[in-house]
Amino acid sequence: MIPERDRVALRPEQATIPPGHPWNRIPVIGASCALLGIVACAILGAANPRQFFFSWLVSFLFFLSLTLGALFFVLIQYAAQGGWGIVLRRIGETVFATIPAMAALFLPVLLGLHDLYEWSHAEAVAADPLLRWKAPYLNVPFFLIRAALYFGIWSFIALLYYRGSRGQDVTGDLGVSFRLRRLAGPAIIVLALTQTFASVDWIMSLTPHWYSTMFGVYFFAGSFVGFIALLSVVATAMRRSGLLDTVISTEHLHDIGKLLFAFTVFWAYIAFSQFFLVWYANLPEETTWFRARMEGSWMTVSFFLMAGHFVAPFFYLMGHAVKRRDSTLAVGGAWLLVMHFVDLYWQVMPTLHPEGVRPSALDLAALVAVGGCVVAAASWLMRRQALVPLRDPRLAESLAFENV
Amino acid sequence: MPLLGAPRLPQGPNYGILAEFATPADLYHACQRVRDAGFTRWDAHTPFPVHGLEGAMGIRRSPLPWIVLGMGLTGAALGFGLQYWVHTTAYPLVISGKPYFAWPAMIPITFELGVLFAALGAVFGMLGLNRLPMHHHPLFTSKVFERVTDDAFFISIESWDPRFDPSATGKLLESLGARRVELLESE
Repeated sequence: MIPERDRVALRPEQATIPPGHPWNRIPVIGASCALLGIVACAILGAANPRQFFFSWLVSFLFFLSLTLGALFFVLIQYAAQGGWGIVLRRIGETVFATIPAMAALFLPVLLGLHDLYEWSHAEAVAADPLLRWKAPYLNVPFFLIRAALYFGIWSFIALLYYRGSRGQDVTGDLGVSFRLRRLAGPAIIVLALTQTFASVDWIMSLTPHWYSTMFGVYFFAGSFVGFIALLSVVATAMRRSGLLDTVISTEHLHDIGKLLFAFTVFWAYIAFSQFFLVWYANLPEETTWFRARMEGSWMTVSFFLMAGHFVAPFFYLMGHAVKRRDSTLAVGGAWLLVMHFVDLYWQVMPTLHPEGVRPSALDLAALVAVGGCVVAAASWLMRRQALVPLRDPRLAESLAFENV
Repeated sequence: MPLLGAPRLPQGPNYGILAEFATPADLYHACQRVRDAGFTRWDAHTPFPVHGLEGAMGIRRSPLPWIVLGMGLTGAALGFGLQYWVHTTAYPLVISGKPYFAWPAMIPITFELGVLFAALGAVFGMLGLNRLPMHHHPLFTSKVFERVTDDAFFISIESWDPRFDPSATGKLLESLGARRVELLESE
């Protein structure tokens, strides 16, 4: 009799990208896009560096938030000893394994520090009592130390979980599952804190007079919606191209849909609460940020966010059948990915263009550049690994999962 | 699974037929056959949830989600409408310098009433669809049926099913592996 731990629920060849499969070409396509995007950024950005830095920041935050959402997705499954999502876990692991690469993509933000952040100018700080008061936190050296700390911590957690899970594919060691489960709780707390401070540093401090104590949660809500949306799109794309089509079932899609629906509502709840308290109290130092987004064409974007990031997906994803068909679920996911980008654009860009929405070719160039890098890195990893954690003790449970 | 619109209790000398099965697997397969034989007024009874049994029984999805949606939207509309009417028509007051129709201030109540109505719709809709509370049921006259909360699995077919026939239906259930078949009296 085969011992329990050596039984294989899935043969490796059922869960790898076969030679000659079109997905093998994605790393090259991604890298080409990245190169194209970087060249376009260099050419267009030379004429308008300020626009380039803001566009880059939006795209960087977009992809970074997806990787952090992926990290949270995997951590809660370990912490809660979740069984259903094991077949989806490797997708999350692959996404957050690109976090060290995100650190390299952060470099342009550092180069553009003076273009992006008003508080980085000594003369602006000297002339402004509020900035002087905030200077012990908002100063360049401490900003750099914190950024290094964030990327250090995220990379450490990401590689710990990625390597642990990959290693288990080979050894089948149950100890890995226990160890990663014990660490998941503390890791979630550390992730929540670093993600909160990172959102304050990189987005909130664009408007250094303004503050919102809910901003970290708001960034988290968006990042998790973004990752679940990405997950629905990737899972569907895999099934449609013959990868894991017998592994990821309607039941898994249904649960992705439920998470997407739930966190769309959560995002709306947090976004509205943040706005509501500021609007109601009407204190000048809190209202500036929303004021800028309630004037001219930014108001149109604000309404579009309400309708497109909440109302439409809320009713679209509510039904049972929509979540159980991969095409309809992926449409909802793709839409919410777009809305997540719009959300970040709406958070960052009014600092550069307070007069109204000014779309730029650099927005697209930066998106293609950052996105190309991330897609290339993630798909390169996918080629080298099993697409599910092959010897996770809960894999069989996940394969047989059914919604009651 | 009594549905709305069905007669509350059947007419005639027999309530229906009760068949006892020994294992969940026996019950599961018997349910598939009863479903395929075209019966519509019948139910399965188990001591614990049996996975996939609703599929084997051919139960359609409950209309409950639509009730919950309708109630939720009604509650939200009532909550918003009440505040709109009060603040703009019935008793307009300037509150902290906001316009009379200050919609963000109305969202929490709208949300709460939407949730309240949806929850009430879910609870009472479920009770209504299941015809609960029901203080007595003809199945309780059967002595063997007492084991339904313990270790036995049952199928009951009601006599007002168009395909019901006291002897033929009993034989069918026996052929499906029932270890006991009982004709139940109407009360």
